[in-house]
Amino acid sequence: MTRPAYTPEAAIAEDIEGYLASHRDKELLRFITCGSVDDGKSTLIGRLLYDSKMIFDDQLSALEADSKRVGTQGQEIDFALLVDGLAAEREQGITIDVAYRFFTTEKRKFIVADCPGHEQYTRNMVTGASTADLAVILIDARKGVLVQTRRHSYLCKLLGIRHFVLAVNKMDLVDYSQDRFDEIVADYQRFAASIGIDHFAAIPISGFKGDNITALSANTPWFNGPVLIDQLETVSLDRAAEQAAPLRLPVQWVNRPNLDFRGFAGQIASGTVRPGDAVRVLPSGRTTTVSRVVTPGGDLDQAVAGESVTLTFADEIDCSRGDVIAAADSPPEVADQFEATLVWMDDQALLPGRGYWLKLGTQTVSATVQQPKYAINVNTLEHLSAKTLELNAIGVAELATDKPIVFEPYAQSKALGGFILIDKLTNRTVAAGMLNFSLRRAQNVHWQPTDITREDHAALKNQKPRVLWFTGLSGSGKSTIANAVEKRLSLMNRHTFLLDGDNVRHGLNKDLGFTEADRIENIRRVGEVAKLMADAGLIVLTAFISPFRAERDMVRAMLPDGEFIEIFVDTPLEVAEARDVKGLYKKARSGALKNFTGVDSPYEPPKHPEIRVNTVEMTVDEAADAIIRAILPLK
Amino acid sequence: MTKSLTHLDRLEAEAIHIMREVVAEAERPVMLYSIGKDSAVMLHLAKKAFYPAPPPFPLLHVDTTWKFRDMYGLREKVAQAAGMELLVWQNPEATERGINPFDHGPLHTDMWKTEGLKQALDHYGFDAAFGGARRDEEKSRAKERIFSFRTASHAWDPKNQRPELWNLYNARKHKGESIRVFPISNWTELDIWQYIQQEGIEIVPLYFAAPRPTYEWDGQLFMADDLERLERVLGRKLPTTERSIRFRTLGCFPLTGAVESEAATLTDVIRETLLTTTSERQGRVIDKDGGDASMEKKKQEGYF
Repeated sequence: MTRPAYTPEAAIAEDIEGYLASHRDKELLRFITCGSVDDGKSTLIGRLLYDSKMIFDDQLSALEADSKRVGTQGQEIDFALLVDGLAAEREQGITIDVAYRFFTTEKRKFIVADCPGHEQYTRNMVTGASTADLAVILIDARKGVLVQTRRHSYLCKLLGIRHFVLAVNKMDLVDYSQDRFDEIVADYQRFAASIGIDHFAAIPISGFKGDNITALSANTPWFNGPVLIDQLETVSLDRAAEQAAPLRLPVQWVNRPNLDFRGFAGQIASGTVRPGDAVRVLPSGRTTTVSRVVTPGGDLDQAVAGESVTLTFADEIDCSRGDVIAAADSPPEVADQFEATLVWMDDQALLPGRGYWLKLGTQTVSATVQQPKYAINVNTLEHLSAKTLELNAIGVAELATDKPIVFEPYAQSKALGGFILIDKLTNRTVAAGMLNFSLRRAQNVHWQPTDITREDHAALKNQKPRVLWFTGLSGSGKSTIANAVEKRLSLMNRHTFLLDGDNVRHGLNKDLGFTEADRIENIRRVGEVAKLMADAGLIVLTAFISPFRAERDMVRAMLPDGEFIEIFVDTPLEVAEARDVKGLYKKARSGALKNFTGVDSPYEPPKHPEIRVNTVEMTVDEAADAIIRAILPLK
Repeated sequence: MTKSLTHLDRLEAEAIHIMREVVAEAERPVMLYSIGKDSAVMLHLAKKAFYPAPPPFPLLHVDTTWKFRDMYGLREKVAQAAGMELLVWQNPEATERGINPFDHGPLHTDMWKTEGLKQALDHYGFDAAFGGARRDEEKSRAKERIFSFRTASHAWDPKNQRPELWNLYNARKHKGESIRVFPISNWTELDIWQYIQQEGIEIVPLYFAAPRPTYEWDGQLFMADDLERLERVLGRKLPTTERSIRFRTLGCFPLTGAVESEAATLTDVIRETLLTTTSERQGRVIDKDGGDASMEKKKQEGYF
């Protein structure tokens, strides 16, 4: 019924040289298997490894013993035990994480991403799909196309997989019925077309029994192939198109062993490069020609997409990590505002307005994400309104970077369109994203140079602009102390302005509430206003609780070094609550006021404030005097 | 005209990309060098990645004092040829207590290798360490990331790994935390051998069959690499027999099982590897003590 996929023993024993030569030219195909626990995915992979002789005797005997102990297949071999690697998974009989498996046939080497299928593991599937050329969508023949089938197909399509195989599994349990198979294929076809999967290969299989995996099965005389392995071995890998595309080389590292050599190292994302090619370095846009493609084995005539290379240029131009070397006549775009599709991967939900690190290619910048335009229900593909994205949620949102980045839409280039977001405090990878397009407003709005500079404004006022940023709990004394400081500055003939939290919420920020996202937006706007005032030469005082370190740091980053003075009005919660000047703590404790800092919303004290005033030990006047002393001289 | 890249070309390009990311983003990287064939491939890839500069990090050998003599010989030669600094670390506490594989069982690996590695990383302040682990070696390795994050106490939390998409690696960490990086994660044993052949990489002669003094222990065949020391530790004479043997994997000589073989050339070794019916780590005693999940457990404790 089945034969091993691959019986190379004779060739190896008799003609090892010839055998090795034929193996040097194998291509690599990476694919993902999608299916849920019960679809028999791990069993199928175990079967592929087994049939391609990737299981050794000692592993097989361990497998036989394990199968009897914890297997789910009675006395028969449970192939799933081969691939469910982590102890928790073996105990619970489920696949939690992405695992990578390897096997070889006569034509290709394969890397399989084995991913869990449950909705709570969407992030794991997205991870596995990001590097796959092909997806095997598993369906249980008894159950047909399910919600999870749609979800898996959608995620694979979203991540840009172009080749799909529909493996209708467990055919042995539906008596190898052609009618059942045809019905499932027709069902799937309708759905696939609706999400843009134009073509897929459908195969009736049994991972457990081995039907149509490596050879046509006598149990399905109505099926003419190709069988699964044939499909995997022959699907086109589109390498020619990849190499014919314009050159894109994200620079990873500048190689400077001595003064005479300056090489630019990176992996070619698309295209082909040869000595003499005209190239443009982005974002600067400077052009030069490639002089050498350097390797230890001698210079190359050409290098292509997928290769890691080191180039040298004919001219000494600026080029460093994060830059992209591109074909001079068709460079990629540079922009700082985008629409992107995001897959949220962290327990802590998206905070719109919060600054995250965005890593795309070799570029790392700070980025903020707007409130999502919509989230996508991965089961029904409906668009839902959403204020944020929780773990495993997928949504579309606008995002802005703090400086322009070199990019291409994800549909065109995974390397220059795919990115991750990293939480600045925890350093966790919180999201994966795909850039859809840049926003026109980024392209059409330019900085207008003005003749009177911020230095001119400051010189006229005979002072150095500053932002005195008061932060602390409600009732800590921020406004009172800021007011006292401003009075002293005024007496010293300084030009000042005090931005007060409550006052701003009556006007500029009257549309904002007190949720975490609104608090972030509140501070972002105040930061921008303070910056404009500092540009105008003023000494700005701000009195806001500003509970989150990330936003205070964001404002600090907007201003020139030394102009942001963080003043921590350090009053213990008990003291502030005992004062309760506005009666707010009482309301918050009774539950009448939600999201109140210190009660049911956190306050993150500054780690290294420029100035710290202790209001338990100091009077208002003492605190104000101390602050004035600390910021002298004023010009 | 399309240039066709073989699977080895792609694996090489991936490994080089990974090494360059680490050098660009880590403050103080190091390459763990165990002198085995995987280490030899890693070192070769590093030389290619940074050519014409020498690899911009040192090599670190966490020594147990029980390695084969041929391994120590190659270690010095190779580091010098690469123009790299070679650091050797022997856990001083293990030296003092005379920890050995016979009297101390699993403690031998724990103290010399696991503790020794942690000590060395802390001592030199390395924040990223390249290791030669491959996903095809062992079940829990199959799920480990290429950038594998460790806490300040070197622990690995398999349930809390950072997602790794495309070729984007998040190398950010807090002070004291570190990353173990596995550039050859996606290589198989056969890939390693084919690459060694294609690139002409020098490896320890013990991988090739030769007549060597052997003894049997617990049903496995071992080489009496330092008979005098073995007998001193055991406190008795150890009868040895000369057999033609070689090794599929190299570690401490009293813990590394030999296979009887006539494969004396690289081609012969590859042929034997392809036709063999037992997995590579089978000769290693270390994977099995502690049962099914033993490697996963060791890794959580800080083993590579």
